[in-house]
Amino acid sequence: MIHRIEIAVRRGLSDARAEHAAHQIREFLHQPVTAVRTRDVYHVEADLTADEISRMVAELTDPVLQTGAVGRLDDGPFDIAIAVAYKPGVADPVGKSALVAIEDTLGRKLEEGSAVYTSVLYLLDGVDEQQGRRIARDLLANAVVQDTRVETHDEWRAAPPSLEVPRVEAGPRPAVRMVDLSGTDAQLEHLSQEGLLALSLDEMRAIRDHFERAGDDPRRRAAGLAASPTDVELECLAQTWSEHCKHKIFNATIDYHDGEGEPQRIDSLFKSYIQRVTEEIHQELTATDDGSWLVSVFHDNAGVVAFDDSVHLVYKVETHNSPSALDPYGGAITGIVGVNRDPFGTGRGAALLSNTWGYCFASPFFDGELPPGLLHPKRVRDGVHRGVIDGGNQSGIPYGRGWEIFDSRYLGKPLVFCGTVGVLPVTIAGSAGEEKAALPGDAIVMVGGRIGADGIHGATFSSAALDEASPSQAVQIGDPITQKMMFDFLLEARDQGLYNAITDNGAGGLSSSVGEMAEGPGGARLDLERAPLKYAGLAPWEILLSEAQERMTLAVPPDKLGAFLELAARRDVEATVLGLFTDEGWLEVTYGAETVALLSMEFLHEGNPEMHLTARWQRPSFPEPTARPSDHSETLLDLVGRLNLASNENKARHYDHEVKGLTVVKPWVGEKGDVTAEATVFLAHHRSLRGYVLSEGINPFLSDLDTFAMAAGAVDEAVRRQLCAGARLDRIAALDNFCWPDPVLSAQTPDAEYKLAQLVRACRGLFAACRAYGVPLISGKDSMKNDAIMGGVRISVPPTLLVSAIGQIDDVRQAITVDFKTAGDALFVLGATKAETGGSEYFRYLGERAGLTGEAGAPTPYVGNAVPKVDLDTALALYRAFASAVAAGWVRSAATPAKGGLGMALARSAMAGRLGAELDLGRLPAAADLAIDDLLFAESNGRFVVTVAPADAERFAEHFQGHACSRVGRVTTERRLILTRGATPVVDVELATLTKRYKEGLAHA
Amino acid sequence: MPEGLAARVEPAEVARRRAEVRVLVLTGLGLNCEVETAEAFRRVGATPQLVHLLDVLRGHAAEPLSHYQIIAFAGGFGFGDHLGAGFVYANKVRWQLYDQLLEFIDDGGLALGICNGFQMMTRLGMVPGFDGDYRTARATIAPNDKLGYWDTWIRLRVDRESPCVWTRGLDSLELPTRHGEGKFLTESPEVLARLEEGHQIAVRYVDAAGNATEGWPDNPNGSPGGVAGVCDPTGRLFGLMPHPDAYLYPFQHPRWFRQDDAERPAEGGGLAIFRNGVDSVAFPT
Repeated sequence: MIHRIEIAVRRGLSDARAEHAAHQIREFLHQPVTAVRTRDVYHVEADLTADEISRMVAELTDPVLQTGAVGRLDDGPFDIAIAVAYKPGVADPVGKSALVAIEDTLGRKLEEGSAVYTSVLYLLDGVDEQQGRRIARDLLANAVVQDTRVETHDEWRAAPPSLEVPRVEAGPRPAVRMVDLSGTDAQLEHLSQEGLLALSLDEMRAIRDHFERAGDDPRRRAAGLAASPTDVELECLAQTWSEHCKHKIFNATIDYHDGEGEPQRIDSLFKSYIQRVTEEIHQELTATDDGSWLVSVFHDNAGVVAFDDSVHLVYKVETHNSPSALDPYGGAITGIVGVNRDPFGTGRGAALLSNTWGYCFASPFFDGELPPGLLHPKRVRDGVHRGVIDGGNQSGIPYGRGWEIFDSRYLGKPLVFCGTVGVLPVTIAGSAGEEKAALPGDAIVMVGGRIGADGIHGATFSSAALDEASPSQAVQIGDPITQKMMFDFLLEARDQGLYNAITDNGAGGLSSSVGEMAEGPGGARLDLERAPLKYAGLAPWEILLSEAQERMTLAVPPDKLGAFLELAARRDVEATVLGLFTDEGWLEVTYGAETVALLSMEFLHEGNPEMHLTARWQRPSFPEPTARPSDHSETLLDLVGRLNLASNENKARHYDHEVKGLTVVKPWVGEKGDVTAEATVFLAHHRSLRGYVLSEGINPFLSDLDTFAMAAGAVDEAVRRQLCAGARLDRIAALDNFCWPDPVLSAQTPDAEYKLAQLVRACRGLFAACRAYGVPLISGKDSMKNDAIMGGVRISVPPTLLVSAIGQIDDVRQAITVDFKTAGDALFVLGATKAETGGSEYFRYLGERAGLTGEAGAPTPYVGNAVPKVDLDTALALYRAFASAVAAGWVRSAATPAKGGLGMALARSAMAGRLGAELDLGRLPAAADLAIDDLLFAESNGRFVVTVAPADAERFAEHFQGHACSRVGRVTTERRLILTRGATPVVDVELATLTKRYKEGLAHA
Repeated sequence: MPEGLAARVEPAEVARRRAEVRVLVLTGLGLNCEVETAEAFRRVGATPQLVHLLDVLRGHAAEPLSHYQIIAFAGGFGFGDHLGAGFVYANKVRWQLYDQLLEFIDDGGLALGICNGFQMMTRLGMVPGFDGDYRTARATIAPNDKLGYWDTWIRLRVDRESPCVWTRGLDSLELPTRHGEGKFLTESPEVLARLEEGHQIAVRYVDAAGNATEGWPDNPNGSPGGVAGVCDPTGRLFGLMPHPDAYLYPFQHPRWFRQDDAERPAEGGGLAIFRNGVDSVAFPT
């Protein structure tokens, strides 16, 4: 029986959700709504008496704030009613909690199959039906995951309230199919495309050939399997071999042509650059007295570095781009709660300390024509923020870093980077915390949420371009509370030593988690019929591949299984034994008595054919700006408000950054806490003053010129930010996240060879900078298909590399922040400024002033040509000197000139400190050779803006002899930023105006 | 313990009596500030213990409620704050633990609710708790006027005449607030008037001039009269939206890095609240 309950805020009290919606309808959709009210609607499907349901209305309604009714609240007329409900099968965490509340209140368990379905009802005045439909479609609901019902007041009155619920109707028990691979190449390709397998022709052939051979295997015949794969086997192989899981491009053999001399052969970018740099650094460290501080790199779900005697640090950054393009909220919340499971699934389980987020979007003010199938970038941005806000806050994890980059090429696919730092005990239950190994005979136990059809084909889907046919079932909606309850339980189980290994169920679901864990023992037997399902009717391959969230897979030894399951029950966490690990060399999957997959571990993990690709580099050339403005004050004021430089505080403060009570240097710093920090500093626990430091470097605009410089610059920026916060130079580790447009040649990507060359050069730049600075790459991820093809138009992201750094500081009280501290302090610029204006924010500003807009999918003009390079030796020497100046206690504030150049760095320090400065740019060594705007806004690497107490200034200057170091001026109480070159005025701006412009740039986005 | 992290050094007798104060910090089901809350009690010398709510409800806890002198309802997102902040969690307590909890209160126990904990205490009726009635919810905590969660530091003024034992001797406090639902509303103006009369509004958001404010961002939620925390008439039960548990160390103050040594406080400003509660048990007047 289905009961309907409506609850609304009492008339006269503020309904913040309704007011927010009204504001958005007016400001964003420009619809003439005059009033909005909202109601929460609960459809309760359960065997309840009329008395019980009335009692539930009373219980669910806040007597002070709300009013509720069974059926429908009568609350006067309106013009349009819009009901927004989830589609069948979409996770509804609020409904799940409501069921708990009902059972608690009634004091009895409801029968199996009872459920609560939540929806929201919007009542609008001042709009007609057509406008209502537009509001429903473009603001209130996302058709990928939600259904809407739009009714006029008369229609609403005429019919009784709807009792429809989005229940998933159970179909018949689906059969396992044998897949015929005997056809032509064209048929094989068709099969792969049709089935969303994302397997290449070579791979399809390899699978066909393998099963033809395996057909004779007695074990296979005994299991009733033939010389062709079952759908379960084919799907499992497609997942395991997906670009997402297998990183085929990073492991390919590449012939690289740079236009000069012979082509160079690269045997795996990963091995040649990423892994190699870390191994070389590790070897060097191992030879020192202190030994290496790298604990576990590359092979686990996240990288692990040593921190102190009791704990290691774990860090992982992931992207969740395609799902966020389809359903920004659901995609993004899944992104953050998903990456939480990576550190949690590292070693025998790390508790979570902090999150990081960073997004690449098109402008939220986009007013061009939107290609069909794409959401407006404002909607994408709002939804992504909301998703990661909810995911992080509800999990009780503070954020450490948050940034946004805007470029028109992210219109097709936004990039959503989410990271998590964890803390892993050095010793867990008597053995090293980073060690894990499933043993033959261990039970395969799945813990957490149940399996549904959500998130099927996520791994293969993210390995393909987004187009109109992209499947909505690839989207999941994360449920942080289910995950939090699971994590709380697992930490207890971990400390009691109740399991041998743990990993997360992410991309590929059980097929990946069990498949990977089984590599150690050498096999597994898995019975899909035992898997707990959200609803009946899933095919075996769907159960195996579902990416339904909030699940971990564990290897539990037989003698601990009872205790493990009992603890799970005590914590209201579902844990189910699905099979056992073996040493038989096979992944054997059954569905009850029937064997549905029998894959040799070797073929599963090693059987995919290697890719062989060609890369061709050609140095690009772009027009230079023709006119330069002369009013640099105006330029600076305009720059600080540009999307890529402006404050995003009105989004960022919705994220918690202080839960856990370990935050020291917050993401927002300065006198008013309204300027972003260069890097943030956290304690790792409550027993020591040692801290960890988070920063990042990213500048996709430089990719248009040279990805080598782009990558080296990203490392340089991340390292400089670390140093600006006071981090040690010798304990910085980094993570690499590549988000690339497709670099594999096809009809849709005729320019793939150039994009692959960009990838090669980026890896080389990354290698060079990390090697020089001694920064190991401890973990990373690549996402290689960031293209959207909509209505025949292809929009590819610019090659984007995020370098996320995690450093260490011996005593958090010695940390440094960006804000000017005291009037009278001496102002220094360290490092050389060059005429490196290519790819600068300043040049894009000049392009906009000249009225230029790039073509769809092209770089935003002006790009220029002089890309900022990193002189690694010079920089390293300066950084060593800088770190020792910090240790001496001389540095009172430090900023990193990066995007926006020296001008932006000075502005940030001044705004943050609410103190002005007077300085003479003529004292910079390069001043005579450079145009003043180059000096101010070029984005040269290797620089700092530093303030020093007057008493220390001379010693400080002496300390930097032999380095580029200029004392250029001083901090003042007068709230102006006054720059001259010699006697010539260059910039004179009021701090109040500067700050206002900085805070306004994104305020109304 | 490194010098910079050590709590204040106290005479042995003081330390001994504080250590005898046993604090139950409830955990689980979406709460997430239990570790720092327990750490705060530990730093002021008490003996906190983390116990999962389900263990308490189902009789798996090692000790009964009566073993403790203080119960802390930590911050977080009990059941995701689905159906309203703290609702489902409080509902569980109401139907499965409340008789025991009322006994604990009758026996002179103390309770501190921070953020989500304050929301639960309000839903349960632990505050305002007029005339010993701890079962009737006469107030609620509604969504912020400005929709959504917001993390910012605010300044609080303490009502010196409040019976609240947790704020004794304090004038003002700076603390972080982090919530999406913090607007304290009473069922009637009379309830608010009675709260005022009884000085039960122990802390209020104030502006730069020190006046109670309803204006954003000094008051992050629009609470009428700037109400940030409320106690029961005995002063032993206290809930507040801001987080004293996130200001355990002096260097967590947002302007600490701008201050010189003379200006810097000796300890995190949040600890005073915990020390007051513990001392009111350790040194009854």
